[in-house]
Amino acid sequence: MREQKTAGQPLLEVRDLAVEFPSASGGWTPVVQGVSFTLDQGESVALVGESGSGKTVTSLAVMGLTGVTGGRVAGGSVRFDGRELTALPEREWRRLRGPGMGMIFQQPTRSLNPAYTVGDQIAESVRRHLGLGRRAAWARAVEMLDLVQIPRAAERVHDYPHSFSGGMCQRVMIAMVMACNPRLLIADEPTTALDVTVQERILQLLRDLQEQTGVSLLFVSHDLAVVAELCQRVVVMYAGEVVEQGTAADVYFRPRHPYTAGLLASIPKPGLRAGRRLTAIPGSIPAPGSWPSGCRFHVRCPHRDPGRCDLRHPEIVPVGPSAQARCVRADEIELSGVTVG
Amino acid sequence: MLRYAGKRLLAAIPLLFVVPLLVFLLIGLAPGDPAVVLAGDNPTPERVAAIRDQLGLDDPVWERYLRWVGAALQGDLGTSLLSDQRVVDMLTRRMGTTMSLVLFAMVMAVVLGAAMAIVASLRPGGLVDRLVNWLASIAIAVPAFWFGLVLASLFAVSYQLLPAFGFEPLSAGFWPWLSHLILPGIALGLLPAAEVTLQLRSALGQVLRSDYVLNARAKGLSRRAVLFKHSLKNACIPVVTVLGFRVAEVLAGSVTIEIIYNMPGLGSLAVDSVLNRDIPVLLGFVLFSTSVVVVVNLLVDISYGYFNPKVRA
Repeated sequence: MREQKTAGQPLLEVRDLAVEFPSASGGWTPVVQGVSFTLDQGESVALVGESGSGKTVTSLAVMGLTGVTGGRVAGGSVRFDGRELTALPEREWRRLRGPGMGMIFQQPTRSLNPAYTVGDQIAESVRRHLGLGRRAAWARAVEMLDLVQIPRAAERVHDYPHSFSGGMCQRVMIAMVMACNPRLLIADEPTTALDVTVQERILQLLRDLQEQTGVSLLFVSHDLAVVAELCQRVVVMYAGEVVEQGTAADVYFRPRHPYTAGLLASIPKPGLRAGRRLTAIPGSIPAPGSWPSGCRFHVRCPHRDPGRCDLRHPEIVPVGPSAQARCVRADEIELSGVTVG
Repeated sequence: MLRYAGKRLLAAIPLLFVVPLLVFLLIGLAPGDPAVVLAGDNPTPERVAAIRDQLGLDDPVWERYLRWVGAALQGDLGTSLLSDQRVVDMLTRRMGTTMSLVLFAMVMAVVLGAAMAIVASLRPGGLVDRLVNWLASIAIAVPAFWFGLVLASLFAVSYQLLPAFGFEPLSAGFWPWLSHLILPGIALGLLPAAEVTLQLRSALGQVLRSDYVLNARAKGLSRRAVLFKHSLKNACIPVVTVLGFRVAEVLAGSVTIEIIYNMPGLGSLAVDSVLNRDIPVLLGFVLFSTSVVVVVNLLVDISYGYFNPKVRA
């Protein structure tokens, strides 16, 4: 089935995606608007931005889970392997989630059902999607726990989630998702809730798995430092829309949107002298429904040009061979990226 | 697991002594004198005093309590002050009626309550959900004795579908037994059924918004599979916890229902014993219902280990 894919066609293509959630007044508030990006077979793409920028909403829309969380996809298209997903019937979706794409979440300990053993929860998806029998599915569960480097996998498979640490739960989640051989793995802030040391090991595990299985990765994170270790391309989101995207090199070394530059400047650097404050972007991200007119970032932007930035909402335009930015002043301003040295 | 159950059982034993002590103390506060009742019409003060002396009613409370505990530990709950029957015999004769009634009401509460909650959860906020919530709220407000009378006048008097009063033991046949239980059982089970409905519905509502339910959907499970496998067991935890209290509530409610339907159960026995100051019978009833509550709570604790693996550790 994998071989049927026509060459040159992206595995995932999101175009003009719009997602809305019910507002307090009874209407619908747009939360994500006009989001477009692609992801090639085997590629790792990062979706970055502050909390509330619409990253998770976007990734849940790709999984077809917007309705489960109470929202609705208001427009646009999501194509997976050339197949349009936005109007896919629920039965087809159920067949796609698992073997097509799987997702791991920010809170691994809360994403596993406390009432069932981890083996039961892994075997459940395997039985459903790969049609394995009970024994074969449990054997697969042990194999997967072993693959994600959980010690004594054959014993731990009978344990309940509460006896696993956060990092171990995330390994179980990864085992569960990878057990069905998905083509796309969506990881929504998979290390945010974990200790820094554990974080590093989970990232290493994701890298190893990608190498072994060739799974494509959509990595959602607010942490550009983490993203740099893992992804070839970066999509930066702000206030429900994509503000910049390009290769990791483009985005890290030659940012073209002031928001990206702000995010990069707020990464803590080694050798930071004590007493020097970390740079932060002033203000906070506006909530959906209260986005400012013009450029949604202009109120927080150090480069804003009153009369231009606050009036017209800018389009996202090419700013290089592989990069796009949503800033009218992209060609006028000098932004500094990450400096190596 | 067995050790856990044993520990819970040991912890419950003091309750069996404390509750009768409270009854002793409370009865001492209440007006009325069993000796006066026993002495018949126009008794002389001497006769009343003689009877009091004979029954040991003039002894201090703690002495009477210890005497009662001592006998109870040997399986002797004394004899009725009024009829000279052994309390144990009186209780066993009437136990079947009350236990049948309580069992019917609890089964109805769990089955009907769970069904309503599940149906309501299929579409949160939908028409069925609101209707169920509305019906359950009304059912909680309906007094059992009034509902019992309405049921009796409708189905026993007007339509004559079911017997209006009395009780047949199971040994008389299944249908005679059941037919006498349906109306009083429904009247008694309505309140706990409504409570189970609301509680399970709200627990399900929370579980359905949980991360692991979202994850189960992301695994490609259907809504139905998520509801029955990944939600119900978890949502049962708070419901099961209070189910024990509900049994006590139903046992208390059976008193009025037994009187309305003229059923020869423990409830009517308890009421008579209170009115006649028949202390040994009352104590026997209290000990029995306390034991039932203790045993049910123990079962609840044990089943809790099934629903919530964390407590097993």
